[in-house]
Amino acid sequence: MNQPVVEFQRVSKSYVRGEQEISVLKDFSLSIPQGQFLAIMGPSGSGKTTILNLVAGLDRPTQGTIHAAGIAVSQQGETDLARWRARHIGFVFQFYNLIPVLTAAENVELPLLLSKLARRERFKHVQAALGLVGLSDRIHHYPRQLSGGQEQRVGIARAIVSDPTILLADEPTGNLDRTAAQAIMALLTRLHQELNKTILMVTHDPHAADYAQEILHFDKGKVR
Amino acid sequence: MTLGTLVIRNLRRHTFRVALTALGIATVILAFNLIVTTVRAWYAGVEAAVPNRLISRHAASLSIHLPLAYRDRIATLNGVTGVTYANWFGGVYRDAKGFFPQFAVEPASFLDLHAELSITEAERQAFLGDRRGCVIGRRLAALYGWKVGDVIALKGTIYPGDWEFVVRGVYHGADAATDETWMLLRWDYMNERRQQIDPDRAGTVGWYVIRIADPSLAGSVTRSVDAEFANSTAETRTETEQAFQAGFVAMSGAIISALKLLAIVLNGVTLLVLANTLVMAVRERTKELAVLRTLGFRPSHLTALMTGEALLIAGLGSALGIAITIPTTYIFGALVAAKLGNFFQHLTLYTSTLLLSTSVTLCIAVCAAAFPIMTILRDKIAAGLRHTG
Ligand SMILES: Nc1ncnc2c1ncn2[C@@H]1O[C@H](COP(=O)(O)OP(=O)(O)O)[C@@H](O)[C@H]1O
Ligand SMILES: [Mg+2]
Repeated sequence: MNQPVVEFQRVSKSYVRGEQEISVLKDFSLSIPQGQFLAIMGPSGSGKTTILNLVAGLDRPTQGTIHAAGIAVSQQGETDLARWRARHIGFVFQFYNLIPVLTAAENVELPLLLSKLARRERFKHVQAALGLVGLSDRIHHYPRQLSGGQEQRVGIARAIVSDPTILLADEPTGNLDRTAAQAIMALLTRLHQELNKTILMVTHDPHAADYAQEILHFDKGKVR
Repeated sequence: MTLGTLVIRNLRRHTFRVALTALGIATVILAFNLIVTTVRAWYAGVEAAVPNRLISRHAASLSIHLPLAYRDRIATLNGVTGVTYANWFGGVYRDAKGFFPQFAVEPASFLDLHAELSITEAERQAFLGDRRGCVIGRRLAALYGWKVGDVIALKGTIYPGDWEFVVRGVYHGADAATDETWMLLRWDYMNERRQQIDPDRAGTVGWYVIRIADPSLAGSVTRSVDAEFANSTAETRTETEQAFQAGFVAMSGAIISALKLLAIVLNGVTLLVLANTLVMAVRERTKELAVLRTLGFRPSHLTALMTGEALLIAGLGSALGIAITIPTTYIFGALVAAKLGNFFQHLTLYTSTLLLSTSVTLCIAVCAAAFPIMTILRDKIAAGLRHTG
């Protein structure tokens, strides 16, 4: 029934650093059906972030093709990719990456600036997203006035506010204590179960991976 | 919130740096405006020239005079509708600072040919009726507080001795470009005294002013005047009044060129200062910009953000620059007047000068933004996200 939302076909990725060529992915193939919550686990430096970057079109593969949310990501131009990302990709970062000069509400509003929504509409969406992550009482706080767990929840609100097709999470709990991490994972699980979001999470934390529907172990550029 | 909110918040991150940059730009604007104002003052004299007047002078040098007898010969030439003449008097009022242009003229014909010097008929008659009379420009009168009936005592330099002239009229310019700092005195009076001290040079004139029927005749009349006196002991060089004054200006042309070059170079400073500030800002925000791109912000959005920031800083600098230019030009004008008398009588700060400096600065801001924009867009987003620092 399920057409894959993300598909890697024999993808290789290597970086050239000086004389050296570092191979990160080798003939990597992957298929994620609509509505799945997949965790990719692997040690630090194994290429997890690289996979997410390739899905989102933030980087280009050396070989192979990547399809995601209806397009061949690896073959698009910069501007088209940006438009596509705004509609289809929500990205959650390990270090939250909130804009420090904007409040929680303004950070969440950022992706909506790319839509045709009017100011009032945008604010409704922002309130809904911050409500969903349990931060209705912090909307006018700046990132420096929030705890790490709260910042990450703002990060998640920002990633889901425009209702993207795919949610990509790069070690979302990597920088949090146990309790905050559990809250974040509970939140991602809810997004998956209640809103039927397709989630691709990469992590090296087995506790976090346990929340996923499926876990893929990954090392040295290959699935184990 | 809009993109504008983000631009303004970003600016406020480094108030001190932005303030310094804006101040730097303001300084450039000030210097630019002063230079342009000076250059424009220089050229104002040329612009004031009337197209249907020619100036005929000695072919070798302006300091060698021509015989008065040329007047009647010029008057009979085709296309000539009037002739008058003048001598540079070169007197000094009180001390060397009290210098202003003084011309010894034949009153009736000179005023007739220079209709832009308007005086009342009564004043004209008074000037014609008094050999020791003079007519002065409105600005000159205001500068020294002279009025009709006052006696002006000058010390002659070219025509030595103490001279006294009675103000018989104050002219005002028919348009803004007319020089209102002249003093016209009577050639016959000057010549009479010259006869006693320097009889050899008596009866000669510094230059002729020739009115032609139509500006299109300038070329042919110029040639026929010069042909008339070719191979004589005093050959003439005739040109339009405009060319004559441009030549006068050209004597200082090198300085003017240097000033113009300086004005252009100054804008290079704006470019560097602004580009430097923006590049610094972008470097600090490499990761944030990559995050924005991850959210779906397009190259055009980033361009708008950076250009907006550049324009805002440049706008601040321009506003500040204009605010300091206005009083400074005033002080500069007063200083120049104190040092050089009325030499720069057109030292006016025009709105168009302010507009020019502001629009040049804003254009430069757009160019300056191009540097950081290229830096951002050249890098892969993934690389920006990995950026630390
Ligand atoms: N721009 C780059 N240039 C060179 N090497 C890179 C670059 N980006 C990543 N790498 C290397 O690729 C490997 C995988 O990186 P990454 O995907 O970030 O791993 P992970 O997220 O699993 O820790 C690492 O060895 C890293 O050093
Ligand atoms: Mg990583």
